[in-house]
Amino acid sequence: MLNNSAKLLKTPFTHLKDISNLLMHQASGPARASKPVSGVTFTPEPASGGKKFRMQTRNLTVRYGTTIGVEDVTLPIYDKEVLALIGPSGCGKTTYLRALNRMHDLTRIASVTGEVLLDGTDIYGNDINPVNIRRRIGMVFQKPTPFPTMSIYDNVVAGLKLVGIRKKSLLDEVCERALKQAALFEEVKDRLRSPGAGLSGGQQQRLSIARALAVDPEVMLMDEPTSSLDPQSTNRIEELIHTLKEQVTIVIVTHNMQQAARLSDRTAFFYVGHLIETGTTNDIFTKPKETRTEEYISGRFG
Amino acid sequence: MSTDKDTRKNIRKLLRNPSAIYRRPGDLLFTFLVVTLGISIILLTLSMAFVLYGEGSAALREFGFFGFVRGTTWDPAVQLVFGAWPFLLGTVTTSVMALLISILPAIAVAIFTAEYAPRWLANIIDNLIQLIAAVPSVVIGIWGIFVLAPWLRDTVYLPVFMWAESSYPQLLPILGNPMGYGMTTATIVLALMIVPYTTALTKDAIRSVPQEQREACRALGATRWEVIRMAILPYARGGILAGAILSLGRAIGETMAVAMLIGNKNTLPFTIFGAGATMPSVIVNEFREAVESLHLSSLMAIGFTLFIIALIVNLFAAYLTRKFSIKGGQVI
Repeated sequence: MLNNSAKLLKTPFTHLKDISNLLMHQASGPARASKPVSGVTFTPEPASGGKKFRMQTRNLTVRYGTTIGVEDVTLPIYDKEVLALIGPSGCGKTTYLRALNRMHDLTRIASVTGEVLLDGTDIYGNDINPVNIRRRIGMVFQKPTPFPTMSIYDNVVAGLKLVGIRKKSLLDEVCERALKQAALFEEVKDRLRSPGAGLSGGQQQRLSIARALAVDPEVMLMDEPTSSLDPQSTNRIEELIHTLKEQVTIVIVTHNMQQAARLSDRTAFFYVGHLIETGTTNDIFTKPKETRTEEYISGRFG
Repeated sequence: MSTDKDTRKNIRKLLRNPSAIYRRPGDLLFTFLVVTLGISIILLTLSMAFVLYGEGSAALREFGFFGFVRGTTWDPAVQLVFGAWPFLLGTVTTSVMALLISILPAIAVAIFTAEYAPRWLANIIDNLIQLIAAVPSVVIGIWGIFVLAPWLRDTVYLPVFMWAESSYPQLLPILGNPMGYGMTTATIVLALMIVPYTTALTKDAIRSVPQEQREACRALGATRWEVIRMAILPYARGGILAGAILSLGRAIGETMAVAMLIGNKNTLPFTIFGAGATMPSVIVNEFREAVESLHLSSLMAIGFTLFIIALIVNLFAAYLTRKFSIKGGQVI
């Protein structure tokens, strides 16, 4: 009852937004008649090729105070795939990503409704400790974030030390494994005890990835991991993501459409807080169903 | 249209001859003002040091700088011998102890208000703490005389003294006379008085830790405390250290409250409960009665020594900030 009236109240505004979007698009290029944007038009695709869900969001809405970050996003994330989230700035893709490991808990004004399922369990459930969730879902940020006072070694094993692992042989082993996974081991193996902040930007980012990998996460969230890096480092990280997907499920936010096309198995296109379209990367880039998607990937706006 | 053309021509002219930009009267006036004021601060500081040295030079010549600083006798009445060592010792002991007592609570309060407390509570605590800094030193001194000192005497000093008297009489010479006014009382009041500084500076240091560092640590599965221990405190350590040292500077220079509570005794040995003196307290207590020119000069020389110590402390704080501060993820 309450829900319904809330929706009724909201409807005119949604339409207003749609109209303004339409106007924007017409201004930015010859647009075909486009369907009104709203989360409701999207229907989740069926599980393809027998792949199982690793995560799934159902009607996920994130608000900052009264501003809506993303609204009503229902999106499956399959096991061991790379899912790219694309869309223009401010479209809510990072907001969506940060909802997946409860990073919004740290922002006072953010509120999350809907469900985020990890292996069928809602991570926003009452009896769920976000700390445990974040140990299973790793995250890599836009800027490299090595802990500046720690050595390379200590950076990598930081997450292990948090869960109380102190055994040196085990830490050594995991450190080497994680650095190898992050394709950094060869470059730093002789100076594991030197500060992590002394590495180059690209190396620091791979160190951040190694640190996230050390705790053996099931899902890895990457928020524009190459946006602050030079092309060569970007290349290395992309190669890395390519090999990593054998072991982990990866959700990557990117501004770079070529990157999304190169890296991902599936792509989700976000626009003004809504999930517009999702599908295999091939489909999204060759035969998008929505006008807006086509316009964005063909570079007409964004 | 033509004015637009003129403007563009002017801009082009200015750009071709960049020095012309600085010849505009407004710029010239402003540059003059800034440079003059900047230099005048330096001159003021130097002249202060110079005057203190000049006025104190008679005493420093009489006893020699190290003789003066290391001299343990301060006798303005009979021998006219002046040594600043008791006061130096008093200053260092009270302020270092005050820093040690206050630093952990101050850091804890800073962490609580910056990281744990809801905003309204943090604001209340912040304002209350800033209020301590706003209370005039002499008012805190009065409160110390009428409230804190008698309370400490009755509930702490006397019981401890009685206990020592019956069980460990050999401790009595170290404990000293438990009259309420003395080194410990002064130290406790000093500790209270520097809490606002340490807290504010620590909080600044904590606030300057980039959000990305906290998030990176959180994303690894760290709890709130683990984020503080792993990401925030290591990153903020330079600022916290420098804040502590600057607070030490405050404690060293604090005058009125200390002079009112320390008991003012010019001869060593100082004891835990017993009376003592610090460099500022002896200056404020004696400058009115300094009829002998050597006495006045000695007080000035103490002022000069205090100036030097304050300078060293500040330079040390600046050095620590540089050595431990982290900018843009790089350890400098």
